[in-house]
Amino acid sequence: MPPAVVLVTGVSRWLGGALAAELAADPAIERVIGVDTVPPSPAMLRRLGRTEFVRADIRNPLIGKVIAAASVDTVVHMNISSTPAGSGGRVPMKELNVIGTMQLLAACQRTPSVRRFVLKSTSAVYGASSRDPAVFTENMQARQVPSGGFAKDSVDIEGYVRSFARRRPDVDVAVLRFTNFIGPRIDSLLTGFLRMPLVPTALGYDARVQLLHEDDALSVLTRATTGDFTGTVNVGGEGTLLLSQAIRRLGRLELPLPTPALGSVGRLSRRFGFVDYSPEQMRFLNFGRVVDTTRLRTEFGYTPRYTTAAALADYARTLPPVVDPSAVRSVTGGLRSLVTTVGDAAGAVERRLRPVPPPPGLRAVRDA
Amino acid sequence: MPEARVIQLRPDDDERFVPVASPPGWEEQLAGGLQFLERRLTGEYDTDEFGFDPDLADHVLLPVLRPFFRKWFRVETIGLENVPSDSGALVVANHSGTVPVDALMTTVALHDEHPASRRFRLLGADLVFEIPLIGAMARKLGATLACNEDAERLLTEGELVGVFPEGFKGIGKPFRERYTLQRFGRGGFVSAALRTGAPIIPCAIVGAEEIYPMIGNARTAARLLGVPYFPITPTFPLLGPLGLVPLPSKWLIAFGEPIETASYGPAAAEDPMLVFNLTDQVRETIQHSLYQLLLRRRSVFGS
Repeated sequence: MPPAVVLVTGVSRWLGGALAAELAADPAIERVIGVDTVPPSPAMLRRLGRTEFVRADIRNPLIGKVIAAASVDTVVHMNISSTPAGSGGRVPMKELNVIGTMQLLAACQRTPSVRRFVLKSTSAVYGASSRDPAVFTENMQARQVPSGGFAKDSVDIEGYVRSFARRRPDVDVAVLRFTNFIGPRIDSLLTGFLRMPLVPTALGYDARVQLLHEDDALSVLTRATTGDFTGTVNVGGEGTLLLSQAIRRLGRLELPLPTPALGSVGRLSRRFGFVDYSPEQMRFLNFGRVVDTTRLRTEFGYTPRYTTAAALADYARTLPPVVDPSAVRSVTGGLRSLVTTVGDAAGAVERRLRPVPPPPGLRAVRDA
Repeated sequence: MPEARVIQLRPDDDERFVPVASPPGWEEQLAGGLQFLERRLTGEYDTDEFGFDPDLADHVLLPVLRPFFRKWFRVETIGLENVPSDSGALVVANHSGTVPVDALMTTVALHDEHPASRRFRLLGADLVFEIPLIGAMARKLGATLACNEDAERLLTEGELVGVFPEGFKGIGKPFRERYTLQRFGRGGFVSAALRTGAPIIPCAIVGAEEIYPMIGNARTAARLLGVPYFPITPTFPLLGPLGLVPLPSKWLIAFGEPIETASYGPAAAEDPMLVFNLTDQVRETIQHSLYQLLLRRRSVFGS
């Protein structure tokens, strides 16, 4: 049964807005309500279509009134900030993430009409360390619980959502643990990081990176909202890349820095609002993270259309390379043909100087 | 009437003249190198979820190790027919030599000498992956963390997995205890094999004990550096960097007959007594095979 009234938090960001627009385009859904603290951009507003935008803070109990008044039956919680820069510092970020989720869940618990809750979570809940297995399944837990930042918030949020599910067993809860998003339109941590012409990385480490294309992320969110999957599922594209490999494929230059130096670069770049290297993101850059997506393909029933490599290639279309791969190819190709020409010439000279002995022709007949 | 026998008059004429295939010329090697460089610069190579980089392993790491394998240690491999060509198996070997050169040489042995050129996927201690450069390089060579999840995933995918259950106890033991196996961990490797039904191939490595004979252990230095041991060998740290050159001992690597585990069923992994018994069986097989190989090796540094 498709949902009648859907409430989406965090619609002013690309993915939230795209989901609301997708749901609004579905005639089976009666109403789509979008909530965010900041109004969406004019372009986003046009895309949202018949979505009703409510400018509200989920940290405010007002959100409960919105849910009750519209008798919302499906809540999609996406208002989780991954960078302090996006929400004005680490303290407001944590407040928005954790307190906001608690308020939202409290409101959902009070509203009997709610029967489905979808959480946009992250695979960062698995942490990243040298002691972790290479591939995480949904049943695994972080060996080292993330110490702070977005990952810690996400672990807390998932905990609150679990206790909500226990208190309201009639509500279907779907927790989607996404890997890093990438794509031409989405603005994610990794897109900002890889956009730099000179990408600083941790010297002596090479993270394994699993990506999810924005289109696949949108399809999975739509399916989770309108479908009936309950439980936790990892969402990521097939295959992995090493961070150094991704940087090379995008035609960027890698700048490996010793970890302490990278920390100060991180602080500096944070001050100027470029890219945010928090300690947990540094750990991710060191070790990377790969998740098992068997459950996504079998139980959830969705196979991402883009593999990790294809998603990166699609992102690369929009990004002018610093080191053009085709230029590299033409240079090495030119050198190769030069080598072949020289080699052929040298071989000809050598044959002239030292002819190969001809194969033996007739041999003297010998008796057995 | 008995059939007439055909007597070949000129048996040597049946052999067709085949010109000797010349080794790839310098221009081909250079062109191959350029192709490799192009792939590396543009990132157009494949890596797997464990971080294994076959392109780098084949073109850089294995060529670096090969001279050590062929010329320096003159490694002889025995019993490669016991290693399956296309299915998963768990190779369990003794660990020695202060620095895990034995793992690298076994990797070369299985890639170069096995008819199916098997990739050897090593399971390493977590310390290995904490160290910068070494950890990243180990993953690129195909190693991953020694944990049941990774071992079972690799075995299910049909990979040849290598494990050294002695761990640091084996590799960092004093020289006077050479060729005596240490305790075999907690038998985690046996339960991984039982759960996936992969055969266990006992592997004995002779020669690695003598490359860096560890006559002392600087415990204070080890504690300061956060490593399990700090080796003192006759040449290290006395001769400085020169002490890092391994002694050219003669190596023998023997793969024993596979111990099959599929008949016990995956539930047997929950039976600690069976796990202990299998662990002991593997351990004794390797110890026995070590003694045999030592008898077979005429001298430590000879041919």
